[in-house]
Amino acid sequence: MRATLALRASVLSALLLAGFILVWYAATLPKSAGPAVDPAYARLMGAATSPQGNGLPSPAAVGGVLLDHLRHPFFDKGPNDKGLGIQLAYSLARVMLGFLLAAIVAVPAGFLVGMSPLLRRALDPFIQVLKPISPLAWMPLALYTIKDSAISSIFVIFVCSIWPMLINTAFGVAATRREWLDVARTLEVSLWRRIFLVVLPAAAPTILTGMRISIGIAWLVIVAAEMLVGGTGIGYFVWNEWNNLSLSNVIVAILVIGVVGMLLDRMLALCARLVAYAE
Amino acid sequence: MSALIEVEGLAKTYPAPGGASAAVFRDFWLAIEEGEFVCLVGHSGCGKTTVLNILAGLDRPSEGAVLLGGREIEGPSLDRAVIFQSHALLPWMTVGGNVAFALRSRWPRMSGAEERERAERAIALVGLEGSETKRPAQLSGGMKQRVGIARALAIEPRILLMDEPFSALDALTRGTLQEEVARLCASTRQTVFMITHDVDEAILLADRIVLMTNGPEARVAEIVANPLPRPRVRQDAHRHPDYYAVRNHIVDFLIERSRRLALSGGPADPRHPPVVRPRARPASATDLGNRRGYA
Repeated sequence: MRATLALRASVLSALLLAGFILVWYAATLPKSAGPAVDPAYARLMGAATSPQGNGLPSPAAVGGVLLDHLRHPFFDKGPNDKGLGIQLAYSLARVMLGFLLAAIVAVPAGFLVGMSPLLRRALDPFIQVLKPISPLAWMPLALYTIKDSAISSIFVIFVCSIWPMLINTAFGVAATRREWLDVARTLEVSLWRRIFLVVLPAAAPTILTGMRISIGIAWLVIVAAEMLVGGTGIGYFVWNEWNNLSLSNVIVAILVIGVVGMLLDRMLALCARLVAYAE
Repeated sequence: MSALIEVEGLAKTYPAPGGASAAVFRDFWLAIEEGEFVCLVGHSGCGKTTVLNILAGLDRPSEGAVLLGGREIEGPSLDRAVIFQSHALLPWMTVGGNVAFALRSRWPRMSGAEERERAERAIALVGLEGSETKRPAQLSGGMKQRVGIARALAIEPRILLMDEPFSALDALTRGTLQEEVARLCASTRQTVFMITHDVDEAILLADRIVLMTNGPEARVAEIVANPLPRPRVRQDAHRHPDYYAVRNHIVDFLIERSRRLALSGGPADPRHPPVVRPRARPASATDLGNRRGYA
């Protein structure tokens, strides 16, 4: 009997996960009768807080913390002790807002750039210079001009989301097949009908690819931005738990960031499938 | 009386090194009557597609003009439907959607019910009943081209422009489609201008076959008036006594005279290229000619 490829792949995935947890478990086992270390020296080295192993929490400890977070995701006990759900909601709201604002600007701008060779050439140097700038480099400027840390982090998301969408939209629009445009021309299709019924559907898969890249980058950047501005958000949570030396919480946060990032990407992949077309 | 389409002294030139200009073709004169089926035949590089694109309004001539019903054409128009070599269907729309898109462009105020009804009729005309909700990607090459034909005919154009519409199809499909186009155009007395390099296709479909000399500096060498009477059917056309006379004449032209005429600068009067009507010679000679034609 031959199992399907998908089934075999899932079995292998499960085995890899089990292997990883096993190694993790072994590495964090309490050293039974290890070489006697002077307790004072151990305290100096920071090992005092964890009497067992090398200080990294065990899989079971992290699992317990994760379960705890899943059970109470929305508690709010003051500025430095909020549930993971609340922190995630803050981060997601910022990412969504910055991303949507960027889409509102980037897609129409991409259309202009894609449809006008003049604009494409004129704007190209600016795009080339602005694109490689780390969005976090804008942070001081944003904080100085906007004077609000929450809006500044949204601005940073806006800046980092705009380029992939703009460039992909322009590329998709410019790459609209000549014959489709010729069909529209011979049918005397008006400019707006041409944009919405011919160019937009033709470029939609490329635009969605740009959006997927953008939201991926935005999710990477929000963690760093929130570490920088502090206050709320999953990035701030990570940094705060580091300051509390609660590595279990940090590991849980890392896991959650990964899962949420994957879900964001899946969502846009689903949208991409809706606008995909086979030639 | 004046023809439906008058092509007057068309030329397409490109700047060449040294300030001169190189012409793909020049002094292209042609008149197409209402209800006539005209084929343009010539080797690659003589600017056939450019001529068609200028007629469609997708390209501008360097010199000369095209008149449709006495008025100079300025650009693309719903008067002139184009059937593209690559079918050019919009892949994100269904078959019905592609036809409806053309209908909606032609008659913006048409009701949804009438639009649907007309789209269905156009699709049925090309034998694709029941495929309205399919996407172009689900269709074979021949079926896609049928949709292209349905889309073009649905808007009831004054002239149909076809750029080697069957060249991407296999021989069997091509034959069937040629016949259907012949039938459709004859029944509606559709004016057609078509480009092809398939000699049999030209003889089957065209009332007049325009032969072009080789490019660059291509021009109309002569016009062959098809002696075969309408309706021409694919199975029987080659049995007509004049069939091989026309065929051999055109093949001879393509092999030998198109090159020679290009060197000698084309006909003396480009406005009135010679019109020939090849006829079969007496019976015994015809047989010989046939055999030679096939050898």
